[in-house]
Amino acid sequence: MEAKIKVDGLVQIFGNKPQSALRRLRKGKNKDEILKETGQTVGVSDVSFDVYDGEIFVIMGLSGSGKSSVIRCLNLLNKPTAGDIYIDGENIVKYDKKQIRKMRQNKIAMVFQHFGLLTHKTVLENVEYGLGVRGVDPEERRKIALENIETVGLSGWEEMYPNELSGGMQQRVGLARALANDPDILLMDEPFSALDPLIRREMQMELLGLQSKLQKTIIFITHDINEAFKLGDRVAVMKDAKIVQIGTPEEIIESPSNEYIEDFVKDIDRTKIIQAKNIMTKSTALVSLKDGPSVAVKEMRANGIASVFVVDKGMKLQGIVTIEDAIAAIKEKKKLEDILRDDYFTTSKEEYVQELIEDASETKYPIAVTDEDNKLLGVIVRSSILSGLI
Amino acid sequence: MSNFPDIIQFNLGVYVNNIVEWLVANGESVFDAITRGTLSFLLAIQNFIMWIPWYIIILAVVLLGIYVCSWKSGVMYGVMLFIIGGMGLWEEMAITLAIVITSVLISVVIGVTLGILAAYSKRASSFINPLLDAMQTMPSFVYLIPAVMFFGLGMVPAVFATIIYATPPAIRLTTLAIREVSEEMIEAAHSFGSPSWKILMQVELPQAFPTIMTGINQTTMMAMAMVVTSSMIGAKGLGLNVLTSINRLDVAMGFEAGISIVFLAVIIDRLTQGVANKFNYHNESVE
Repeated sequence: MEAKIKVDGLVQIFGNKPQSALRRLRKGKNKDEILKETGQTVGVSDVSFDVYDGEIFVIMGLSGSGKSSVIRCLNLLNKPTAGDIYIDGENIVKYDKKQIRKMRQNKIAMVFQHFGLLTHKTVLENVEYGLGVRGVDPEERRKIALENIETVGLSGWEEMYPNELSGGMQQRVGLARALANDPDILLMDEPFSALDPLIRREMQMELLGLQSKLQKTIIFITHDINEAFKLGDRVAVMKDAKIVQIGTPEEIIESPSNEYIEDFVKDIDRTKIIQAKNIMTKSTALVSLKDGPSVAVKEMRANGIASVFVVDKGMKLQGIVTIEDAIAAIKEKKKLEDILRDDYFTTSKEEYVQELIEDASETKYPIAVTDEDNKLLGVIVRSSILSGLI
Repeated sequence: MSNFPDIIQFNLGVYVNNIVEWLVANGESVFDAITRGTLSFLLAIQNFIMWIPWYIIILAVVLLGIYVCSWKSGVMYGVMLFIIGGMGLWEEMAITLAIVITSVLISVVIGVTLGILAAYSKRASSFINPLLDAMQTMPSFVYLIPAVMFFGLGMVPAVFATIIYATPPAIRLTTLAIREVSEEMIEAAHSFGSPSWKILMQVELPQAFPTIMTGINQTTMMAMAMVVTSSMIGAKGLGLNVLTSINRLDVAMGFEAGISIVFLAVIIDRLTQGVANKFNYHNESVE
């Protein structure tokens, strides 16, 4: 897949003599040595990554790790010292002022940690701002702004001033302002960090909801690993101006690349990250509806289990039979259909393990993982849920 | 006792004198044009104030006072103006106002422009700052002399001297105001691709407006303070009445003119501050 954004060897150095610092960086000196020798701060040190169309790419790191510098390079609010950034195949580092303005007006919009709203303008005027810069005529501007205010759930607040709103609402204005320009790419610089935890969670869920509709390419900065793993399709972890690991949340949890990340991952509530599909097993023991109870018994014996799922020809789940019922059925010459039980739980493969814990403790059967057509995809045995907790 | 040795001697004043004389000799046409332009502007304002019926002016001040301050303040300002008129000083007030308004308008134009320049460029501010210090600490009588040499006697040199005295707060507060605009707000404006001059007009200046208004308020107050000083070079108005009363040791005349200046100062101060506060409202809880 072609990358929407391709960052290649990005370096940013803060100070008046970036080139001398760059030479030292190329020789392999680290951030602290360069600061000591030249007085220049390395904000971003040789960072490369790709972001694909329609994904949420999270850059996670503690303060000072360089994550905010990276995101500011993507719309050239910060000028990179070295390296290339390709958006849709074009190297934006080579852009002149006019091209930069055009890119910012049409392709890329940003949401800020402290909202960055214009406090002397109303909510409506704030949302209209980017459209005004683009030269959209006033009537059209108003129409688009009102739509976006509705999208973020702020209808009725148009005439208020930002300081009359709560933090969460202010950030909704910030989001609406960014969305009003209908950019392909949304840069979000710790957008929820200034909000209290309850509002933050609410905003995270809303962002995911919006994203499922809008399918923007989102670069999201955060220092909160739980937020990173909740929102990110892929996550890049930064430390000391470098990217330490890039991967999906599962990959990072399953195989942290070093101790630093291991430390981070320890704090994670794994049940909120790991999904059913990560721990289910493709069921080897299955009985088809046309088989009799004796096949079921054989199947259970062979696998050392006390119950087995029954499917039809199209792998559609029909029910479950227990070993006791099956043995009784052989004696009483019953058919498999007569002894099917339906008191098991099913789940989708996207369900988080957290949601399955309760089910798992209530049932003596495995949990069936099915798709929307009720096709059996796999089973989750209780032991794998419990082992997912550690 | 040890005195500074007589052998080491240089007269800086002579050079300044030379410069001023050269300017007077070679810049006559320029200064004449400035004088004529400023004078006609001054007279236009004075005539305008005298043309409006007095009760309309009082009514306007009362209404504005009620709008930006409070009901009581508005009425009080009206009474103050009424007293000035009652003391027979209405025309003097109009002349003084004309000088103050002209000086303040020119000061604000210069002040805001230089203030923006100093906020944007470190080099400009390193040049402007010591100049401002000098302007503010130099005794105002000193620049009355070149003012008279350039512009003759009368209201125009008064305006010139007032501008030198009253512009610094406008410059300083404009610079401060623009530097204090939230970094993130400006970043946000840039992130939408707005050109820099538009950011200045649409974001920085509106954000800086309340503080700039405070600067304008101070400029106005300082211009009022120059009223008596500038009457020494022939500016008419309330200041001249004060000066005359000193010469004649006329307590009654001095009090009437003095209290009129105070009233005028109070009214202008409260009204400009009131306007600034009206606009400050939306910025109260900026993070």
